[in-house]
Amino acid sequence: MSITSLLAISLGAILTNNFIFAQFLGICPFLGVSKKIDTAVGMGAAVTFVMGLASAVCFGINQLLVAAGLEYMQTVAFILVIAALVQFVEMFLKKNVPTLYTALGVYLPLITTNCAVLGVALLNVQNDYNFIQSVVYGITGGLGFLLAIFLFAAVREQLEFADNPKCFDGFPIALITAGLIALAFMGFSGLKVW
Amino acid sequence: MNIVYAVIVLGVMAVVFGLILAIAAKVFEVEVDPRLPQIQAALAGANCGGCGYPGCAGCAEAILAGKAPVSACAPAGAEGAAKIAAIMGMEAPSGEKKVAHVMCNGGTNAVKNFEYRGVTDCLAATKVCGGDASACRYGCLGFGSCVAACKFDAIHIGENGVAVVDKEKCTNCGACREACPRKLIVEVPYKQKVFVNCSNKDRGPAVTKVCANSCIACGMCERTCKFDAIHVVNNVAVIDYDKCRNCTMCAKACPKGAIEPIPTAEEKEKFKAAQKAAAERKAAAAKAAAEKAGQ
Repeated sequence: MSITSLLAISLGAILTNNFIFAQFLGICPFLGVSKKIDTAVGMGAAVTFVMGLASAVCFGINQLLVAAGLEYMQTVAFILVIAALVQFVEMFLKKNVPTLYTALGVYLPLITTNCAVLGVALLNVQNDYNFIQSVVYGITGGLGFLLAIFLFAAVREQLEFADNPKCFDGFPIALITAGLIALAFMGFSGLKVW
Repeated sequence: MNIVYAVIVLGVMAVVFGLILAIAAKVFEVEVDPRLPQIQAALAGANCGGCGYPGCAGCAEAILAGKAPVSACAPAGAEGAAKIAAIMGMEAPSGEKKVAHVMCNGGTNAVKNFEYRGVTDCLAATKVCGGDASACRYGCLGFGSCVAACKFDAIHIGENGVAVVDKEKCTNCGACREACPRKLIVEVPYKQKVFVNCSNKDRGPAVTKVCANSCIACGMCERTCKFDAIHVVNNVAVIDYDKCRNCTMCAKACPKGAIEPIPTAEEKEKFKAAQKAAAERKAAAAKAAAEKAGQ
């Protein structure tokens, strides 16, 4: 493991294999909370935080499962872990960092059902990442999510004032925009690090 | 055998997590005032933001901290305020139900200077050439900023291009009042039936040029009112809702049809005939008095 491999993982997670625009994971919060930039950034930050934590914890859980010969239980186990983890983090923040708790607000419990978080745990296993690589992949994947939802929210705020055809108003034009941004992100697939 | 193994491992994991969470819930327990959820339940729960706090939870906290009055939630109304007052151990403020009302009836009756085709938002429209798209600088623009602001589906653009409040649905949250760049939407008592639907503060001749349904400050309503409830202030008639008895005489007297409920032609005729008869009676009485004095 070298710095280059970590850099490659980061760049892949943020740009080339962006969780939203290339792997289409975590679309529900991406569409649901992207109407305003500040809520979008709040959601992105919360996802980044939980994705980093989840990859760390799920790495340990996966070691356990492999030792027990129960690799096929990964999905179920990870869902359980993530749900418990989010609950725990919420309680911890409420007590110790109330400002962050109120800032994240309703987005924190919403992350329980975010497929990007489950996705990062499963992809870590698929890609045979070690502990540090897993955590880096989790955090940078979250940052990629943050970037995507921020860009999308910025566009959607402007869309509010656009004079769209009636049939495209609201979600349809937002989905078209998301598709166009995804196309633009395909441009990053030419990037290479080494 | 394998399946039993899987069940046991996952079951143990679940129990462990459950225990950790249970312990965490105790360790990280934050004491919440038991009144907080009660207050929140008594609020309207629409998260309309009319109280000025971020959502109903924010409002509940502010009420609990004493920063907001128990009647802070307009949508919850007097009933909600009474409930919250009971929770807080305070006396409920009395007050009748109020609703929003749009003080304009111009719309398609108003003259247009040019056709505005920009962003369909009232504030944006007022920024173009000083908001001169409609010649009346006081009237409703009809682009529906208030409609977009309403969380209760209680305000809509009517047939004549003016926003109209559905007072059954209106909760008086104040969102539309904030949204209206011309400040045409005011708080009125729910019981009130008579309104001066014009806010144009220009003088009569200037107003007549821009709108067919405008108040020209002629004072007919003021003279007709028996309760001293309507007065011309700044060239526009204003009703004192405390004194008004909803007799609708001013509406019938208005030569421009600017006062709601707008009378039908028939009612208008009847009113005129009655006025004439009253005037004749008065003249006859005066004559009789003069004769009596002469004798």
